[in-house]
Amino acid sequence: MAKSITQEFVKGLWDEIPPFRLVLGLCPVLAVTKSVENGLGMGVAVVFVLVCSNILVSLLRNIIPSKVRIACFIVIIATFVIVVELLMQAYTYPLFLKLGIFIPLIVVNCVLLGRAEAFAYKNGVIASIADGLGIGIGFTISLTALGALREVFGSGTFFGISVFGPSFQPFTFMVEAPGAFVCLGLMLCMMNLAGNK
Amino acid sequence: MREIIKMIVVLTVLSSFSGGLLAAIRGGTKEKIEYQQLVFVKGPAIRNILEGCSNDPIVDRFKIKDGDIERSFFVGVFDGKANTVAFEGVGKGFGGDIGLMVGVSIDDDKIIGMGVTTHSETPGIGTKAKTDPKFSNQFKGLAVVEPYKIKPDGGGIDAISGATVTSRGVCVGVTNAAEIYKRLKPQIADKIKEFK
Repeated sequence: MAKSITQEFVKGLWDEIPPFRLVLGLCPVLAVTKSVENGLGMGVAVVFVLVCSNILVSLLRNIIPSKVRIACFIVIIATFVIVVELLMQAYTYPLFLKLGIFIPLIVVNCVLLGRAEAFAYKNGVIASIADGLGIGIGFTISLTALGALREVFGSGTFFGISVFGPSFQPFTFMVEAPGAFVCLGLMLCMMNLAGNK
Repeated sequence: MREIIKMIVVLTVLSSFSGGLLAAIRGGTKEKIEYQQLVFVKGPAIRNILEGCSNDPIVDRFKIKDGDIERSFFVGVFDGKANTVAFEGVGKGFGGDIGLMVGVSIDDDKIIGMGVTTHSETPGIGTKAKTDPKFSNQFKGLAVVEPYKIKPDGGGIDAISGATVTSRGVCVGVTNAAEIYKRLKPQIADKIKEFK
């Protein structure tokens, strides 16, 4: 059953890539992927919180009584989320303004609680770091890809730089909420097609 | 019983540790956050008012206690002399409070510029108070004495058409700023010497 560290890391990038395979943490996936920058920023914040909380949960796994484990996980996750929020405010204020409420909402993101409960609480520190990094980077890639797709077609830009020139008529639907669902659905469909070969 | 005690102890220790960590980080980032907020929220208006100054007014700022409130003043250096301050005033608009920045030259007590920073006015009509320089430029060069009023109220400011309430709110805000200036002038003159 024991997998190598590399396997723990790699699984997050494809086999268990959060929004597409586990279909977890969809709220930020749908809400913040209006542009590549937002997707990437959100992803980086999640990686940080996920790795830190995984480390702490796995270090404390023998101390935390199982009856109050969820409460303990939430305290740990919430702490790191506020850390990220403060750091973002201090160093990347424009990004903080754009992501807004979705930074504090990382606290209730299923991906984080899910990894703490399903992995870090049962495994050692090194494996938990690998797991956190893998899942986190997988989450970032998904958000960035979705953000890129929506930004390129929805506003005709990539990282704010115009790709199609001024004559392009933006496909505004893509940056609206329904566009997020359609894009996510299509990407899920592609992933399943690719995975079923 | 032992289990319950263990649960309580673990949760308490965890929570207090987390509280301590957050307090430390908050303390460490407080000034930085305040600076960022100034740059991105009030920065554009301050720079606009103190256009042509040779320093960074957001770095060169000081605070003065005014009753229970601490007010921030931003210093503008012109021709090597720190003789201008920009600070905030508040007026009541159509959709809520209008926050604005007023720049005053302390040599001759004249307004050198005014810019609206925060508001919740009707888009396209009341928002002109912020976007239309024709309106805000009317305050340039006025002396810090009279209460400012729009023409229908017997003053000298042309109101934005269709946005009388907003225009009146801006006038109240500038009057408010002028009152603050008059009240705190000695302290301002005192503090600004440090920047020369």
